[in-house]
This record gives sequence, structure tokens and C-alpha cells, in this order.
Amino acid sequence: MGTMCNRKNIFNGLGLLCFLLLPPFAIQSEQEYLLSLFTRILIYGLAAASLDLILGFGGMVSLGHAVFMGIGGYSVGILAFHSYESLPLLSWPFVLNGTENALLAWPFAVLVAALFGIVTGAICLRTKGMHFIMITLAFAQMAYYFFVSLTKYGGSDGLSLYNRSVFPALNLGSDISFYYLCLTILLVFLIIANRLVRSHFGRVLSACRENEQRVQVLGFASYRYKLACYTFSAATAGLAGVLLVNQAEFISPGLMHWTKSGELMVMVLLGGMGTLSGPVLGAATLLLMEDFLAMYTEHWMIILGPFLIFVVLFAKRGLYGLLMGTGGNHD
Amino acid sequence: MTETLLKAKNLCKHFGALQVCRNFNLQIERGELHALIGPNGAGKTTALDLLTGLLAPDSGTLLLNGRDITKTSVNKRARLGLARAFQVTSLFNSFSVLDNLMLAVQAQQGTGTHFWSRAAHDRKLVASATSFVERMGLLDRATVLAGNLSHGERRQLEMGMALATKPAMLLLDEPMAGLGPGGTLKLSELISSLKGEVTILMVEHDTHAVFALADRISVLVQGEVVATDTPKMIKENKLVQAAYLGGAK
Repeated sequence: MGTMCNRKNIFNGLGLLCFLLLPPFAIQSEQEYLLSLFTRILIYGLAAASLDLILGFGGMVSLGHAVFMGIGGYSVGILAFHSYESLPLLSWPFVLNGTENALLAWPFAVLVAALFGIVTGAICLRTKGMHFIMITLAFAQMAYYFFVSLTKYGGSDGLSLYNRSVFPALNLGSDISFYYLCLTILLVFLIIANRLVRSHFGRVLSACRENEQRVQVLGFASYRYKLACYTFSAATAGLAGVLLVNQAEFISPGLMHWTKSGELMVMVLLGGMGTLSGPVLGAATLLLMEDFLAMYTEHWMIILGPFLIFVVLFAKRGLYGLLMGTGGNHD
Repeated sequence: MTETLLKAKNLCKHFGALQVCRNFNLQIERGELHALIGPNGAGKTTALDLLTGLLAPDSGTLLLNGRDITKTSVNKRARLGLARAFQVTSLFNSFSVLDNLMLAVQAQQGTGTHFWSRAAHDRKLVASATSFVERMGLLDRATVLAGNLSHGERRQLEMGMALATKPAMLLLDEPMAGLGPGGTLKLSELISSLKGEVTILMVEHDTHAVFALADRISVLVQGEVVATDTPKMIKENKLVQAAYLGGAK
């Protein structure tokens, strides 16, 4: 137990140090592309960790998690689009103007993602197992085709932003400030999520993963617990989408395609399910390997695929579990 | 004058063409230890599922404390005081013994929605759960994962989980199943120590234990209660002997 704790602290400390020191290193070595690569790692790490919350702790295997990223992203994108065009987004029953202000657009985007999460979750969570996987996939694909058909916002070609959202007292146009903002958001989420899974609420959630019927017989309304977690996770993924759109200054329906959801799931499995910081490691590993291997061959999946299979087969809790030894059981 | 805690009136349930429960009538008085016995396939577990709410009856009504709970959900029935220990022990295997009991206590304390405070730092919760660990005789096994317990210990924990929700009524589904003589004795002692404190309905195959423990016994044959009486009278009941004891005694 003691050594486990130490290893965990060392892992988290080293990870944080690497992320903190990356920008100075990238500038020093004049490899600025590293900055955008690592910003994407932070953002995908946030999305993967939010998926881990429902997958690893709640036992809800969702194959449509990227849809929340897409919805968060599109919310910001569409608000910005209307701001450029000076067209109100809504004129009835109340006037809703477009905006580039992050303090308005971002919470709005997160809210929309959460709303989509609670509505679809309320339906999806009536099913279990394979049916749950399929219905989350179906909702995500529905949203995907909906945005493909929205020609006003670029359809399948996507929507470009002229610049990043406007944040008071922080120039998001600067890659370094944007990087540190993403890092802060990821850290805050990891702290909240860590508290959450160790709380009373988190215990009930983990128990649902093991044996939901038993949880109900104890007197918990398990459905509500799962829905609350699902919605929180959706909102977080929405925030990740907001960040990703700002990073790339572009959004397309491709972001919510089911293969993106699959990628998020791979990050969780690779990093370690039910570990929260593991999926961030998973995101880093996947994106770095993709970047590195692509330098040598365009068929980098040939190497990545077997690697993934080996990790999933032989490490119970992914790379995080390997680093922790003992299969890395949390707590 | 006794007071009725649980009353089932004409509960019926069928799976396809198979009528598992027909006009199931049962009346349980507050404070008694009531046993439900019957040959294999008589529908005992189905009857418990109907009482717990895991299955919905086709017809009939169920009253708890005079309140109609026929259509009440599983978790709400639990909060009204109906606790169940399962035949196939269903524990949270990756949780330790203490954590399992903490979850049950949490259900009773209604602190499940606290999402910020650490459960492990909640002194009231830990103290209360520990008292149940002790009572179940598992104090030296408190940190062991439930998945690593022996069969007998799992049964003890299962009982503890049901008790920790401070139920008005405890439903025990074959608590003695698969236990050796030592385990049976230990569990019998545990159950008899609960007598009077909590109303118990026990489904059990071990007739020896049933006749020793129960205040009253109901006999279920092909989904129907054919007799309800004291153990002594049940032994002498001709109908029961024919259907269940096979006239052996």
C-alpha cells in the first residue's frame, strides 16, 4: 500500500513536471510543433479521462463519447460564426447573438453538451451491456449526420474560425498561454474526478459497475447515480471539444464520428481503465506514437495495432498498471 | 395481539406457460421468524423476488405495514425497510469487507449523493460499518476483498449487508446453502441472535435448522402456500407430509 502510494505520487509528479516544462523546452529547441502536439494530448487526455469516469468507474461502455466533444466544439464554432456574420443565432422567443467571448461561449457549450448528455443518457441508461454500446453509438452517428447535413455551417467540410475565443486577461492566440490553460483545466478536472470517485457517490457508482441489482436492493436509485455521472462526463467531454476547436481553429463532423469515440476508448484501455490519470498517459502514448511512427511509414497502424493488443492482453490496468506494478488497483 | 408487517394477497406470476406462483398468500407478523419451505421448484426464490420487487406479479397485492407496495420499485422498497440476502451471494467482489458494509450503511444513512467528502474519512460511516463487521465475526478479515472470502464468510457478509441497512424486515434466501456443519451452526446462532430485533422471512432447505429456528412455517407447493403453522403443527400436518416430507417422519 505504501509503495503503491509512492509510485503513484512519483508518476503524477513526474507527469506534471514534464507537462509544465514542455513549453520552455519546445521553444529552446525550436520545435514549436511539439507545443501544438502536446496541447492536443492535454485535450484528448481530458476527453479520455472523462470517458474513464463512466467506463472505468460506472461500467458504462459508451461508443459515442466523441459526440459530446463535437457538440461542445460546434457550439463554440457556431456562436463565433454568428458573431463574424453579425447574425443572431436565435431571434425568437428571445434574441441570442453570436459571441467570441470565452466566458459566455464556453459555459454555453458545456451546458449544451451536458443537456445532450442528460437527454440521451436518460434513454441509453435504460439499457445495459451490448444494447448500451449500440444506442450510444446510434445517438452519436445521428448527431454526426445531422452536422454533415448542416450546410450553413460547412456541412462535411467543417467550419473554420478566424481566431480563438477571447478570454479576459489572457491572450489565447498565444500557443503558450493556451497550452497552460489546457493544462490547468485538465488538472482541475483530475482533482475533482479523484475526489468524486472516492466520495460516497463514487462508491455507489463503482458498486453499480459490479452488481447494479444489488445496489438497488440496498436502496439506491442506481439509475440516477449513473445518469448524474454520465452527464458530468458529457459536460467534460464538451469542454474538451471547446478546447480542441480553439486549438485547431476548425471543426468538422469528423470529430464526432464513431472512430473518434473508438480512439478515446483506445486511449482509456491503453492508459488503464479506472485510473483517471492513466487515460491521459494513454492519450499521450497514442498521439506520440502516431506522430513518431508516421515519420517512418504511413502504415503506422501496423505497429500500433499489435502494441495495443499486447498492452490490453498483458496489462490488467494498461500502461498505468504496468508502471504501478501489481496490476495497479486503485485505492 | 400481533401486528402484521408484510402481507401478500393472491400474488400470481407465470413465465410463459409455467405458473410459478398461484394465489400466493402470506402474512408475516412483526418480530417473528417465519420460514418458507417447499420442495425444489416450488417457487420459493420467485416468491422472494416478488416480495423484493425484482419481479412484478401478474396480479395480486402486497402490503408492507398496511401500505400497498405492489408497484413500488426495488430501491424504494429497500428504503421502506425490506432487505434481502441472496441465495447466490451477491457481494461487491472488488470491495473489501468493510467497504461492502460501508456501502450498505451509506444506503441507510442516505449519504450516497455526497460527492465531495471522502467516504473513507467519514467517521460515523466507518464506525457504523465496523460495528457490523464485528457483529458478523469478520473483524480480522475487514480489509480482505469480498472476492477472496471463503463461502461461509461470504454468507456472513451477505447477512451483514442486509442487516446494515437497518431493515424492518429481512428476507433470507437459503442462508445455509452450501455450508458445512460448522458454518451452519455459526449462521444459525447469528440468525437466532437477530430474533426479536428484526422480522425475518427465511427460505431454507435445511429442515433441521428451520424447525429449530422458526416461530412459524409456511409450506409452498407448486407456487401455492398449502399450510402456515408452528413447527410442531407443521410436522403433524398430513397435507405437508404428503407433499413435502414424503411421509418419512
